[in-house]
Amino acid sequence: MGRYLLSRLGQSLVTLLLATVVVFAGVRALPGDPARALAGEENNPAQVAAIRAKYGLDDAVWVQYWRYLTHSLTGDFGTSVRTNIPVRSLLAGALPVTMELSLLALTVAALIGVLTGVLAAVRRGRPAEWLANGFALLGLSVPNFWLGLMAILWLSVAWSIFPASGHVPFLEDPAANLAHMALPALVLGTGLAAVIMRQTRSSMLDALSTDYVRTARAKGLRERTVVGIHALRNSLIVVVTIVGLQLGALISGAVVTERIFALPGFGKLTVDSVFQRDYPVIQGVVLVTATAYIVINLLVDLLYSLIDPRIRVRGDVA
Amino acid sequence: MTTVEAPLVESGAVAGLRPRRGRALRRLVRSPLALTGLLVLCTAVLAAVVAPLIAPYGPNDAHFDARFVPPGSPGYLLGTDALGRDILSRILFGARASLLVGVLSVLLALLVAVPLGLVAGYFHRLDGLISRLTDLVLAFPFLILAVGLAAIRGASLSNAAIAIGIAQIPGIIRVTRSETLRLTSLDYVAAAVAEGASDLWVVARHILPNATSVLIVQATVAIPGAILGEAVLSFLGLGIQPPSPSLGTMLSEAQQSISRAPWTAVIPGLSIMVITLAFNLFGDGLRDALDPRASRR
Repeated sequence: MGRYLLSRLGQSLVTLLLATVVVFAGVRALPGDPARALAGEENNPAQVAAIRAKYGLDDAVWVQYWRYLTHSLTGDFGTSVRTNIPVRSLLAGALPVTMELSLLALTVAALIGVLTGVLAAVRRGRPAEWLANGFALLGLSVPNFWLGLMAILWLSVAWSIFPASGHVPFLEDPAANLAHMALPALVLGTGLAAVIMRQTRSSMLDALSTDYVRTARAKGLRERTVVGIHALRNSLIVVVTIVGLQLGALISGAVVTERIFALPGFGKLTVDSVFQRDYPVIQGVVLVTATAYIVINLLVDLLYSLIDPRIRVRGDVA
Repeated sequence: MTTVEAPLVESGAVAGLRPRRGRALRRLVRSPLALTGLLVLCTAVLAAVVAPLIAPYGPNDAHFDARFVPPGSPGYLLGTDALGRDILSRILFGARASLLVGVLSVLLALLVAVPLGLVAGYFHRLDGLISRLTDLVLAFPFLILAVGLAAIRGASLSNAAIAIGIAQIPGIIRVTRSETLRLTSLDYVAAAVAEGASDLWVVARHILPNATSVLIVQATVAIPGAILGEAVLSFLGLGIQPPSPSLGTMLSEAQQSISRAPWTAVIPGLSIMVITLAFNLFGDGLRDALDPRASRR
């Protein structure tokens, strides 16, 4: 286990390091000279040169990269060119919103997905399976931002069940916070629920045809115990991985969902900073997202190997 | 190298290795859902291709005397938007852009990912390097990648296709790699190697052809994802730029008028859904037909 842990940790560190190179190179590839941009309208050569010296833009590339890397490690991502607020504060303000949205969406998706997946497997060939399969196909095909618009149209504007947009911090008013988060979380969770449903169904079908399930049935256990304890528990291992793999989709989905429901999260920060060409913010957002993604994937892998010891023997997650 | 002209084992003839194409086709035709998907797809592609011929108006023709006309009105079958533009015409041209981006981005991904996947699966020494690169691309969620690209190169149809294509690469590399690993371990490949066939020959003649079914399925499943990706990017303003019609930009513009004219948002969204649903139905049917092992997944 120790060895697997170390090698997996090493891989993640290498990926993370490469990610910083990509982000650094990406920002250098941006059109325009940052020194000129900072100098503003009246940029005389002396001013530009002074800015170049101040920000070390004349240093060798690797010196600049090293400085960028060490600053990033201490959480110093620079200052927004538009608002002059440190990028760190912007990120810290947006992160809780996105994390709450993602966690709620994940909960919704796991609940719906596992439940319908088990139902489809147990009621194979009956109307319930058709219904569950149809739901999954629809969930995979509906653009979730459109679902968001429709939800606002019907549930907020027409029937006013949920507030259409805006955000209330959880600590200020938990009830209002959840009321504002319910619709975005439902919308964001739908697509993921479809993926989880399909995976749960297929691994439940595998599990239900195994010898140990037949043994469990043969010794007279109730069907609920056989399905709920024996089959489902083994199927969930695969579901955990799928959730890990879908994380990127979740993050991408969160960006759009936040935009539709006007939630002040990571997604809104990302899109706004692109439109305002606020490069330090873009850089910070991309790096933090990539880091979070790599770390969570590492955790999912480790969790997976804890549940299923065969993984760490083979040393790779299929 | 002269011996390879008559290989000991013809790759396609290995029993049980892949279902015969004819049988697969019969299975596909027998699935009503897959057929429906295919039918809808053909209609959508045809409509998109001949859009300039069948669209009642130009996609950007504004009729200021006919703003927010509801669907079903004479002259405007699907109604008009805030500028009095005919929604049916815009949908036809928009579907064109969506299908184009969907197909182009997946082609781009296949072009890059299949060779890399073959190399990773066949030459074990390069496996680690390619797998690390795959992880690296996977470290950037699709939208973040697209955002970065839009920031560097500007927002446009081709950049959207590139971003979506890059995001599809890791998945296709993984599928190609695992299929290559599986095929390489089979006896007929060992036989070809024992005969003295070159690596290139083995990969091109014995491995790639047998991996095509899996790759076709993977591509069919990837296209609806790419279409949704284009819609998202255009919706955010990072893809196709207005006034060019795209299903995503139409939805983005409809946001302002959604309570006054719901159809401006309902119709483009339904169109995206019908196209992706058709792809998914067809893709599922194709997978069941070509790859019975995976049919339950």
